[in-house]
Amino acid sequence: MAERILMKGNEAIAEAAIRAGCRHYFGYPITPQTEIAAYMAKKMPKIGGVFLQAESEIASINMVYGASAAGMRVMTSSSSPGISLKTEGLSYIAGSDVPALVVNVQRGGPGLGGIQPSQSDYFQATKGGGHGDYRMIVLAPASVQEMASLTIKGFDLADKYCMTSMILADGTIGQMMEPIVFEDEEPKTYEKPWALTGTECKRPHNIINSLYLKPEELEKKNFDRYEKYKLIEENEPMWEEYMMEDADICVVAFGIASRVAKNAVVTARSEGIKVGLIRPITLWPFPVAPIAAAADKVKAFISVELNMGQMIEDIRLYSQCKKPVTLCNRTGGMIPSPDQVLESIRKVEKGEN
Amino acid sequence: MATVFTKPKSLTDAPFHYCPGCPHGIIHRLVAEVMDELNIEGKAIGVAPVGCAVMAYDYFACDMIEAPHGRAPAVATGIKRCRPENVVFTYQGDGDLASIGMAETVHSAARNENITVIFVNNAIYGMTGGQMAPTSLPGQVTQTSPYGRDVKHCGWPIKVSEMLATLEGPEYIARVAVNNVKNVKNAKKAIKKAFENQIAGKGFSLVEVVSACPTNWGMTPEAALKWVESDMLPYYPIGVYKDRSAKEEE
Repeated sequence: MAERILMKGNEAIAEAAIRAGCRHYFGYPITPQTEIAAYMAKKMPKIGGVFLQAESEIASINMVYGASAAGMRVMTSSSSPGISLKTEGLSYIAGSDVPALVVNVQRGGPGLGGIQPSQSDYFQATKGGGHGDYRMIVLAPASVQEMASLTIKGFDLADKYCMTSMILADGTIGQMMEPIVFEDEEPKTYEKPWALTGTECKRPHNIINSLYLKPEELEKKNFDRYEKYKLIEENEPMWEEYMMEDADICVVAFGIASRVAKNAVVTARSEGIKVGLIRPITLWPFPVAPIAAAADKVKAFISVELNMGQMIEDIRLYSQCKKPVTLCNRTGGMIPSPDQVLESIRKVEKGEN
Repeated sequence: MATVFTKPKSLTDAPFHYCPGCPHGIIHRLVAEVMDELNIEGKAIGVAPVGCAVMAYDYFACDMIEAPHGRAPAVATGIKRCRPENVVFTYQGDGDLASIGMAETVHSAARNENITVIFVNNAIYGMTGGQMAPTSLPGQVTQTSPYGRDVKHCGWPIKVSEMLATLEGPEYIARVAVNNVKNVKNAKKAIKKAFENQIAGKGFSLVEVVSACPTNWGMTPEAALKWVESDMLPYYPIGVYKDRSAKEEE
């Protein structure tokens, strides 16, 4: 039977990864995600897995690259400055079409920034980060339960599409404790005929590689990869809608910001304001359909973010700028209060932007 | 007619892209001969670098992966930790291993990661057209040290084998050369030992192969081999710098 337990968000990711069949973790310490490494260090040796603390984020993502190429479910985790260091590896992993799960428990930036929660790596996660044309599947948990369920989903999507899934969490969800339930499910497995297993002299050698010196070959690789991305955009967007049926105002928020926003929506409704919430769960593929549909119904959007306004660009893009989009934000590790979001909703209701 | 000489079966039929007189061909062959002799082609997994040997994945017949610049030991670590039963090796040049990848090199050695590293030191960046390497000799003229390497300005070349031998971690560190028949034969012995060590579970084994780059040194192949003897080997002496098992047996 499924068990209900109290867990920290970061630990929920680690436990979920193990339940998803991940037996290889390579990481490097950084606040506020180090509990993931600590959990793995404790558990992996007892279940026949590997925990290895690498010499750097660069080394750890390349260990992930090697382990994934060897056919394993593998992960690493870090926080914003560390993810910047991993982007070289993320680009190679994308260019080589191998799966990986990468967790970013975001903190404020740029530079060394701070250690408090942030969502300021939205651009980095959804628009690339590393060099070259590529995408990552970006999953944004809003609860400790989702830290677990999206980790499992992330491994499945990574294996299914042979690419990186990134869990884009933040310091709040990473550090807070909530009760969660783990379903007793066997991890899904995927055939990996491309994996480096040794040829046993029975098949041609497998090559994992991102180098294509002939431009027509590299172009074809990129076109083919974008066909795969198109399938993902068609089939994998996930989002939650709350009180959107009759809404005049649409608040859009993900992760911890969505929980603050939801409180404000409830209060605004009690004041008679017809407001609803769209919470993207996948940031890439972005939930285009509900934003496009809302653009024909509501009078305005409000983007609630823990950054200087990053997702707001996608809201404008996919609403085709049909309606005004207001930013309600805090940054640098600060979190907007429900009152701040409520005030934004009231202003938009009154027609003040 | 009796066959007296064949290509090792651990090499594919792909023609090498290396310049005339480049010793990479010899070193590839030595690695492949060792794989044949140890009968490990079927369980070997090779990691290619960024640099002249980047396309080594086309030449070795075993499973191969191409690593980001300098990261081959980290990629090899990931593979070996997943598949300890396989034989995992990297093939890297001096820019890759001793400059951008020095952290990965030192730490995989410190962990005594059970992998084999073939380190080709030709004292120059070949692929990008002959820039100063971390192993370029004092006074050596390159594209980015056109007046000769000035050690006051850009420091001293790194003696990788000597440096790694100071670590507790690694099992075996040796420097060899491929500038004459005797040295080629000895190079093969060291490479074989580096693979045997891994198979025996002994740990990190690195063979530094002092090589030549006639094209970017601006020399004929023959003159380049002479320069190895006259200039490189005095700075980078051939020898076994660490052999833990041999020491323990004493």
